[in-house]
Amino acid sequence: MEKAKKGVEDVVWDFFCSLKLGISTLILLATTSIVGTVLKQGQSIAEYVQERFGRLYPDGSFPPDLTQAGYDKLKEGFESTYRFYDAFNFFDMYHSWWFLALLALFAMNLICCSINRLPHVLKIVREPELTPDDKFYRHLSNSVELTATGSLSAVQDKVAQVLTEKFAAPQVTEGEDGRKYLFAQKSVYARFGVYVTHLSILVILIGALIGVRFGSKGYVNILEGTSVDSVGSREGRNVQIPLGFSVRCDKFTLEYYAGTQRPKAYRSDLVVIDGGQEVVRKSIVVNDPLNYKGFTFYQSSYGEAGNGELRLRVTPRGGAPVEVTGRMGDHIPLPGGASVAVTKYIPSYQNLGPAIQLHLNTPDGRHGSPFVVFKNYPEFDKKRGDAFAVALLDYQQKFYTGLQVARDPGVEVVWVGCTLMVFGTLIAFFLSHRRIWVTLSAEGDKVKVLAGGNGHRNQTGFALFFDEFKKELQEKIS
Amino acid sequence: MTSSLLFNLVTLVYFVGTIMFLVHLSSRSRQTALAANVVVWVGLAIHTLAFGLRWFESYQMGYGRIPLTNLYESAVFFAWSVVLIYLLIDLKYKQPTIGVFVLPFAFMTMNWAQLGYLPDFARKFLESFAASLPNGTFFNFIRTMLLGPGDTIEPLVPALQSNWLTYHVITCFVGYGAFAVACAVSIMYLLRDTKEKRAAGGEVTGLVGFFPPTKVLDDINYKAIMVGFPLLTLGIITGAAWANYAWGTYWSWDPKETWSLIVWFVYAAFLHARITRGWVGRRAAYLSIIGFMATIFCYLGVNLLLSGLHSYGGG
Ligand code: HEM
Repeated sequence: MEKAKKGVEDVVWDFFCSLKLGISTLILLATTSIVGTVLKQGQSIAEYVQERFGRLYPDGSFPPDLTQAGYDKLKEGFESTYRFYDAFNFFDMYHSWWFLALLALFAMNLICCSINRLPHVLKIVREPELTPDDKFYRHLSNSVELTATGSLSAVQDKVAQVLTEKFAAPQVTEGEDGRKYLFAQKSVYARFGVYVTHLSILVILIGALIGVRFGSKGYVNILEGTSVDSVGSREGRNVQIPLGFSVRCDKFTLEYYAGTQRPKAYRSDLVVIDGGQEVVRKSIVVNDPLNYKGFTFYQSSYGEAGNGELRLRVTPRGGAPVEVTGRMGDHIPLPGGASVAVTKYIPSYQNLGPAIQLHLNTPDGRHGSPFVVFKNYPEFDKKRGDAFAVALLDYQQKFYTGLQVARDPGVEVVWVGCTLMVFGTLIAFFLSHRRIWVTLSAEGDKVKVLAGGNGHRNQTGFALFFDEFKKELQEKIS
Repeated sequence: MTSSLLFNLVTLVYFVGTIMFLVHLSSRSRQTALAANVVVWVGLAIHTLAFGLRWFESYQMGYGRIPLTNLYESAVFFAWSVVLIYLLIDLKYKQPTIGVFVLPFAFMTMNWAQLGYLPDFARKFLESFAASLPNGTFFNFIRTMLLGPGDTIEPLVPALQSNWLTYHVITCFVGYGAFAVACAVSIMYLLRDTKEKRAAGGEVTGLVGFFPPTKVLDDINYKAIMVGFPLLTLGIITGAAWANYAWGTYWSWDPKETWSLIVWFVYAAFLHARITRGWVGRRAAYLSIIGFMATIFCYLGVNLLLSGLHSYGGG
């Protein structure tokens, strides 16, 4: 009989079902993904040219051996390279049409391939071979032929017992010719591990799509003591995302590891106000965000808002101490026309605690040399023996806290997919669907016992098991 | 630090183990293989002890954190994983001969991690050579390779203070260990297969002649990747979970994330390649080696040559 000629739809279907396509897509995804790790994503032409030139002339100076024309030509070269890459969306490649198309092809391939193979697996699971003929045993990689004494039903009982004890309870079928067929199996569901794994990839992709379509990502800076009710979008410029409630930052604190300048924690004390009520209070740090109504607020950056406020106690030589206040960097007037300027605040100066760097100015405006004053040692500065001894009473710096804000309704779907994937791969790799068949037929006053089995994975393990099973069977029935 | 001295000892033990495997290969003596395995078990025990000690030391310094947070510690843990996976596979498949290719991975990694403990003159020589290299990303990479990662215990920056770090690093690196074993076995496969082809059905002689049969090597390659792949999957997932928890995006296509995905794709291709005929044997061995090279780039190259969120390893 001549095979029917394939129609176009069959060719297309076969193309999408092919495992070769699958392997090629995986390798293509792997190789093309490299581009985006080498070329910085989201770069503009100016940034790109700047970065390349920066690498050529690290100190940023115009090279003396280069003419203006030569320089322009170099630059033009970089710009045309940029335009070439940009034509392939290499600067946003993971969102480019061709990368997304590759992902779509990958998903299609996965779906078609699984649909194509599923009926075969379902058949194995739903309709196991219950009455195999003798030829069937010859095709099994593990099989044995034994002879037993006793009646057919007595042998059957013994075989069933061994199977139940060593493997699994058998299903018995009686043949027309009086033969008895025993079939036992374990871990049928291992056949589905691959499908669970493949399905999980689709679930993750769906979760990601939901996130892209319905989620939002934003950022916001909140000044200590103030609140916000919307955040800026990270995607479009000048787009505000309304929250539907407001968030206040009471305080931002920067903690250091004791005796060092190494930051230990960035902490924002946040309060959520919804419908005029304070509903949640939480102090967030980098790995511990705040969740409210689907929005999550992550500690991400901070900054100083304006100059810090200082309170100093200044003691003129031989005079009474006075308290003055002022801002960091300003000339703070002192009695007699002199002034003091604080230039730096050091939160932790070696092991001596907070300190400031400052200098004095004479009434005619001449700068004194800079010196350091420690908050924890207020009497210390008298030793300097200058016209004024300074002590630091208080320093208040206002901060703003920088928060990333995200809302992603697809994230749960992604986690479901990830869980499926972990279980799917474990089942696919480490569980094996194992089957044992035994056929009993009366031959005179003896019983011929044909036994065989296989495992769909870990064949060596199954072969070892089958050897033991064989021995046990032989002992019991002869 | 005491732990560093113990790590020195571990390096030495792995070196001795490697030599013993070589002796085993050339003498074809089963006893030597057994003794070599005992040495490797002892090495792993000391390695584990040293790891615990370093953890303890971080508490004494007042930081109290699992030692898995910088390039040095990850290298030491990688070597530990390689040895662990080798020993587990040996327990199951009893092919100690593969130790001769696997153990050098652990030995060389430890050796690199412990470069700071070279004798003074050698250290000075390396340092002056490194200092003479020009600037630039590539030469900084070479410098790090020459000088080692440096083993100081530093406090954790806020971004790394999370339990996810532990789950993430352990799953990734034990997975990398399995891939290293797969790569070693693949190299053996290619060597043996080439010789067999050349012998054209005749007996393969020499050291390669004592390698396990290609079928066994191919099988161990597959089994090791079967262990590594779910671990890498878990590693990527825990990384994504952590990123989502700490930054609000489980995936941002940063170079490290992307490279781990590239590695994952390569091994997925490997697994599927076995299902279609024509992609087993040599091609599977090549894919396994490419996969491990991508793994190494994901681990070192991304930290030292590219920029991104995982820059903590660059120090
Ligand atoms: C990265 C994505 C993928 C992952 C993680 C994955 C995972 C798996 C795993 C773990 C197995 C079992 C492997 C084994 O038995 O050694 C498997 C088998 C298989 N995969 Fe995939 N897969 C992926 C993509 C694909 C694609 C795109 C196709 C489409 C052609 C495909 C088709 C198959 C087939 C036909 C099998 C064999 C099924 C069987 O033994 O009945 N896979 N896959």
